Amino acid sequence: MAFNYDEYLRTEKMPTLWCWGCGDGVILKAFIRAVDKLGWNKDDVCVVSGIGCSGRFSSYVDFNTVHTTHGRTVAFATGIKLANPDKHVICVAGDGDALAIGGNHTIHGCRRNIDMTLIVIQNFIYGLTNSQTSPTTPRGFWTVSQKAGNIDPTFDGCKLAEAAGASFVARENVSEPRKLEKVLYKALAHKGFSYVEAMSNCHINLGRKNKMASAIENLDWIDSITMPKKKWDALSEEEKINYLPTGVLKEDTEAEEYCDMYEEVKKVHQGLRPKITPDDFKKKI
Amino acid sequence: MSKKREVIASGNDLAAMAAVDAGCMFFGGYPITPSSEVMHTISDLLPKVGGVAIQMEDEIGGVAAAIGASMSGVRSLTATSGPGISLKAENLGLAQMAEVPLVVVNVMRGGPSTGLPTRVSQGDVAQAKNPSHGDYKSITLCAGNLAECYTETVRAFNLADRFMQPVFVLLDETIGHMHAKAELPTVEEVKASIKPRRKFEGDPKDYHPYEVPQDEPAILNPMFQGYRYHFTGLHHDRDGFPTEEKETCRKLIDRLFRKVDEHRDEIELNEEYLLDDADILLIGYGSASLAIREAIDRLREQGIKAGMFRPITLWPSPEERLFELGQKFDKVLSIELNQGQYLEEIQRAMGRKDIQKLTKTNGRPFSPQDIIDKVKEVF
Repeated sequence: MAFNYDEYLRTEKMPTLWCWGCGDGVILKAFIRAVDKLGWNKDDVCVVSGIGCSGRFSSYVDFNTVHTTHGRTVAFATGIKLANPDKHVICVAGDGDALAIGGNHTIHGCRRNIDMTLIVIQNFIYGLTNSQTSPTTPRGFWTVSQKAGNIDPTFDGCKLAEAAGASFVARENVSEPRKLEKVLYKALAHKGFSYVEAMSNCHINLGRKNKMASAIENLDWIDSITMPKKKWDALSEEEKINYLPTGVLKEDTEAEEYCDMYEEVKKVHQGLRPKITPDDFKKKI
Repeated sequence: MSKKREVIASGNDLAAMAAVDAGCMFFGGYPITPSSEVMHTISDLLPKVGGVAIQMEDEIGGVAAAIGASMSGVRSLTATSGPGISLKAENLGLAQMAEVPLVVVNVMRGGPSTGLPTRVSQGDVAQAKNPSHGDYKSITLCAGNLAECYTETVRAFNLADRFMQPVFVLLDETIGHMHAKAELPTVEEVKASIKPRRKFEGDPKDYHPYEVPQDEPAILNPMFQGYRYHFTGLHHDRDGFPTEEKETCRKLIDRLFRKVDEHRDEIELNEEYLLDDADILLIGYGSASLAIREAIDRLREQGIKAGMFRPITLWPSPEERLFELGQKFDKVLSIELNQGQYLEEIQRAMGRKDIQKLTKTNGRPFSPQDIIDKVKEVF
């Protein structure tokens, strides 16, 4: 029997405002399948989004949903999660949302390792506002704010997330929807901060001016710059710089989760345990 | 008469204690002088009662986390000073638009910009009226003594849940750091006064959180209880979903105004001190009123009959009472620790331009003598 997406969609909000051929719908479907596989009750799930095309994600899914301000998704979600630690909180943001205006919240969400999943829909451009440079736009690409060609160095969000302390980091590509569903499932099931970069096409606002005006051409280009982590690991350092590894890039199941740690803080203040000291932690600096 | 208890504490500590006694279970903030002690105190108090206090990565994150917790149904607080309000402004606008209750304590310091971080000012009164872009109606309370740091914070939580929007509690550096005895209502009395936000109890199919009478706030049920809807800062329909339908947009903004304007009686609070036989009307609020009160007592010893009108709710302003007082008193002096931010409102409400002003913006509080000298100079 075909999978019934409608159970999780606000079907009356369809069609989405995403362009024809946009990859965001693939991410939406993969996410829904992953949630279904986990068997979560819709009432126990909260989806929080920011501003941009990805911002509309929250309005299409039939959970408790929040559309916040530009870049602040993880900060709002932190309040929701800390006040409701037994519920499932998922953030959806774009590359500009999560890595430019909201970079600080992304860093510190990762650092706290608070139990939530951040899905960054990475399409290398500001799509909704018509082609301005994003922190992930490749150098030399045309953008409407850098028509001479983008000179700003690009930013690897997965490396940032790893370094900042996210305990689960993965990257997948919308042309591999089954793999995407698999990493989303793992990310959602993971306890701690999970960062998933879901690479998507924006043939309209990235592709048209960069010689990939169709969804297929844009997806082919994404395929050409990505490879599974195992293959990528075998490359020389010189070769690595022009490819992005996909799959699970980091998975640490030992790292302390923030809501759990805060329960210890409560115990201290309630006289149920002594104060927290460096001896409570393996990593002391 | 209600029972009282005596507590020795600072204004900032009292605001934190009041929040917890009023049922606040979440604090999100960021360190900033002169408000940090609110965070210091509440980060001890909240975990004790099972709540959460988190120091976020910046001011924006602090208010965002507090709004997020409140969206989920939990009474929430943030505390900061002027520069922090500037940073929080956009998210405060989201809370106005999506109708999310929140209490925001602003312990005012000298501005603009970094200003005078450790010194007093009342320079954020105009900011409190419209911190964020767009049209909405602010509710702003202002504590004039230590006890009010407590009682106004409690009142702010009840107003936030009644009107489903952020409510400011303005303290200032003088009152926030003042450390003395305060006479407070008992905790039992405070708990009995709590009016939780309204909740829809019927079938989720019949629930439309933003479909309410035109002078009433949205009814936003807690998350995770079977009533799934949408929060957004965009113009939205009865279920919270984005819309650009012109009549829906018009009605939404109209309602954000009317829910406050048509219930001013529930929000307004003033104090009048020795006004009955007075010839001279002094108007002031916050810590300035402490000096005004002392000045009035000394002036009366010299046979000069002055009295004080003190708005405790600054926004919406007590415009009808101000108009009446403007008719009754010829001699009116407005006193504030800024260049006359509230004076403009007094002029508007009274329909008069001949109001004298005493202002100070050098980071120092008024002394009673400053006020006595001014009264003798202008009247």
